[in-house]
Amino acid sequence: MTSGGAEFPTGVDRAYDCGGGARGTVFSYTLVQEPAAEFESQAPFYLALVELEAGELITAQLTDVDGAVEIGDAVEMVTRKLTTDGQRGMIVYGYKFRPAMK
Amino acid sequence: MGVSIVGVGMVPVREHWSKGLAELAAEAGALALRDADIGKVDALYIGNAYGATFNQQTQLGSLLAAALGLPGVEAYTSEAGDASGGVALRTGYLAAASGAAQSVLVLGVEKATDIVGPARWSARNVSLDAEIESINGATLTAMAGLLMRRYMYEFGLELSQFEGFSINAHRNGSQNEFAMYRNRLRSGAFIKAPMIADPVSLFDSAPDGDGAAAVVLVNSELAADLVPRPISIRGSAVATESLMLQDRADPLALAAVAKSTAQCLDQAGLTPAELDALELHDAFTILTALSLEAIGVSDRGRGWEWARAEGAGIAPNGELPLSTFGGLKSRGNPGGATGIYQAVEAVRQLNGQAGENQVPDARHILIQSIGGLGATVATHILSVPPV
Repeated sequence: MTSGGAEFPTGVDRAYDCGGGARGTVFSYTLVQEPAAEFESQAPFYLALVELEAGELITAQLTDVDGAVEIGDAVEMVTRKLTTDGQRGMIVYGYKFRPAMK
Repeated sequence: MGVSIVGVGMVPVREHWSKGLAELAAEAGALALRDADIGKVDALYIGNAYGATFNQQTQLGSLLAAALGLPGVEAYTSEAGDASGGVALRTGYLAAASGAAQSVLVLGVEKATDIVGPARWSARNVSLDAEIESINGATLTAMAGLLMRRYMYEFGLELSQFEGFSINAHRNGSQNEFAMYRNRLRSGAFIKAPMIADPVSLFDSAPDGDGAAAVVLVNSELAADLVPRPISIRGSAVATESLMLQDRADPLALAAVAKSTAQCLDQAGLTPAELDALELHDAFTILTALSLEAIGVSDRGRGWEWARAEGAGIAPNGELPLSTFGGLKSRGNPGGATGIYQAVEAVRQLNGQAGENQVPDARHILIQSIGGLGATVATHILSVPPV
């Protein structure tokens, strides 16, 4: 299951086809002010449930946000560093969503 | 076979920095055994959620059986996140109901406050989906923020409309010596509280605490010989739904709350209107609002209405008493012990021992313990013996 070459897990089978574009709208969002230790240096940050065009919900951070976030905002998936793992600081990459380019 | 509660015990919910996990547990367990006036039990079931990550401690069955002077007894932990207490009660209920055990001690314990801040959020995150939620920066509180904002959006609500749930909890908790935060909340303070994951604030969400609570269960025939007024478990059910909000067809419908409640009411032969009080899992006000809708005492989008007028309708003398000893919000949320605190509190209500928080003529009380945001839901109905 691929999305423009990038694979990511979600859903009941933990992998599905996001349709290539990986665009969606903000279903809900929160500004995380008290995060877990792995995300302490990034706080505050936006976490969202994004409703993909195919209808699924996906849990992800919002990034490159300039100004206010609203439910219904159009967003698109990008690859970003999520955190670092363990004492050796291996970088964990994943997906985030940014405001969709017009 | 019916199951009854013949003894209860608990320690105050606090930051118990001078006591270890086993000490706390042994204190509550010994109180319950003394209350039931029995020296030993056939089985010990533990409710504990975060021993592995808060305390680097598992195998609490063996540890606590020894601490309680019950060598060799069948003993192990039931775990379902913050529903661990509720599912331990279910385990004990099944053992007693089946006849596999004549007597059972169900003991909830959590020692949360030895770690603080981001480290505790990380330790708590073992109850989320590791590969999809935690790795993206989620915490349970952040997920509650997502749920609450969507609810407010769909039904056009303001933050201030939830304050009554917290005001009621603290009003009741202020009169409970076992509660962790006995301060009262003034109207208006709620919306000014520091945000944790907006719209969920410090005054919206329940604080973690250290605590232990225990109940002794026996089959109901035996119970009558042990105590003058055994409290019966009239309903017992556990249901689950998707761990993650993103996998739910309707995130605002707590399907496992609805299912376990319906099963419990059916078993007890009761309707929601016959419940005299509810001890809900008020870890966040949004969980209370959505639980009231799933239980069937409010229509969709209207559960928040019980918070009106500083929660007048949910006070002990109101139409639908909630959180009668402060709930998770004011009594505190000692993780896997919380579901057992609810049971002990319900027994106090049903025995007329609730002091200023007494619900008049309480006969049937529903208690509900939730893991995640409704991922695991354990529901029980406790009742006074028939006249």
